[in-house]
Amino acid sequence: MTKRYSFLQIVHQALNHHEGWKPAWNSVEPRDAYDVVIVGGGGHGLATAYYLAKNHGITNVAVLEKGWIGGGNTGRNTTIVRSNYLRDEAAHLYEFALKLWEGLSADLNFNVMFSQRGVLNLGHSLQDMRDIERRVNANRLNGIDGQVLAPADIQKIVPLLDCSPRKRYPVLGASWQPRGGIARHDAVAWGYARGADRLGVDIVEHARVVDITLDPSTKATDGVLVEHERELKFIKAPKVACVTAGNSGVVAALAGLKLPIESRPLQAFVSEPLKPCLDTVVMSNAVHGYLSQSDKGDLVIGAGVDGYNGYGQRGSFEIIEETAKAICELFPAFSRVRMNRQWGGIVDICPDACPIIGPMPVPGLYFNCGWGTGGFKATPGSGYVFAHTLAEEKPHPLAAPFGVERFHTGAVIDEHGAAGVAH
Amino acid sequence: MLRIYCPYCESVRDEDEFHCVGEAHINRPANPEELSDQEWGEYLHFRTNPRGEHREIWHHTVGCRQHFNVLRDTETYEIRRVYRIGDELNADADADAD
Repeated sequence: MTKRYSFLQIVHQALNHHEGWKPAWNSVEPRDAYDVVIVGGGGHGLATAYYLAKNHGITNVAVLEKGWIGGGNTGRNTTIVRSNYLRDEAAHLYEFALKLWEGLSADLNFNVMFSQRGVLNLGHSLQDMRDIERRVNANRLNGIDGQVLAPADIQKIVPLLDCSPRKRYPVLGASWQPRGGIARHDAVAWGYARGADRLGVDIVEHARVVDITLDPSTKATDGVLVEHERELKFIKAPKVACVTAGNSGVVAALAGLKLPIESRPLQAFVSEPLKPCLDTVVMSNAVHGYLSQSDKGDLVIGAGVDGYNGYGQRGSFEIIEETAKAICELFPAFSRVRMNRQWGGIVDICPDACPIIGPMPVPGLYFNCGWGTGGFKATPGSGYVFAHTLAEEKPHPLAAPFGVERFHTGAVIDEHGAAGVAH
Repeated sequence: MLRIYCPYCESVRDEDEFHCVGEAHINRPANPEELSDQEWGEYLHFRTNPRGEHREIWHHTVGCRQHFNVLRDTETYEIRRVYRIGDELNADADADAD
């Protein structure tokens, strides 16, 4: 493995015609027992493994991924990072993640291409504007940057946006978080995988967990049964941490649990590459679409979730139509842009649009799920607080309000206002 | 695009005429006052969310505005059965989906 990426490494490798680069991480055969088994090798699972090793010195850890690293929702989202959430609990968690994003490339020694180009959330009605002002004020009280912008200011930031007053859905204003932005989604998975691997974590690809076994006498978690290379293998682990996004309901059922989660496809598409024309992120709840332009030049467009449960990673056709309409409403100039690719990711939606982080009723079993439509932005923070929760066996203070018990106590965190469309 | 048979209109329509209400056969508890927080939470929020056959309620929002049950596969999206509210899944429903 290449030890450390640096300018000198590039020079050194260039002298060898770039033939000396080693894989960033290795997928290994699983051993018989671990201290912690993490089910799911997406961004959140890998971040959990990385921070377990880095912050808590727990390196006897395996990350079991049923497909390949970065092949799930980590590689399927629209890469938006922001922290302008309404409720204190959510705002603190996402802001903590945003602060980690700001130092992530240096921390991982891997360029995650985090670009703080600002995020605009448009308002198209008086009620939208009231909600935006309330949210921005709440953000500022929580120390999160935010401004309410008038249409003239928005027009200066996004010249292509149609801010004319006679539209069907006129732009009346927006919230603006300058520290928000986008990051390279694949690089986040690869960077965390490399970081975890360097610290001694075992990453196992193509390992599907088919059962979570319980100790018959204590009823605590005993380990997992894994299908790897067409063979079933039992891996003993006192702690099993499931970070399985859309498949959380299926994985929870292995341990005989039900979750307050429904899985639905959320889809996105990218256009053909264009010259640079949009240097920020524009989101709109009312017309239901959001977009940014990637460094490659293609427009990355996010759509809404399907109206019904599904595990097909594609999304329904009528959502494509709705989203295309929304983009044309906002940016008439893009009406003739051709779309290159379309796909869906299965998101795990909680009734209150907030995640579930922490222990389950089965001792030794932990879940980090329910991030729904907005998990990517939380990746570093999610891994950090979940690793703390696993290592200390009690929730990290930022994760404490997000226990599954809130659906019994009634202390839900209603974030639909800030998470409605914004991903 | 799903094509859904409405058992009241007795015809097959496009998905965008309908609205999916959620999982079917979740009965409101007869005596909510007597439930524990645990039981009330389960009733309100916890769902089976299966990867496979799922029983759900659909509403023909821009058609007859009636509710009915659908047995649908969440992985293949195949609609296996459509039956009226109050009918049992295994009883002879009015008609099968196409």
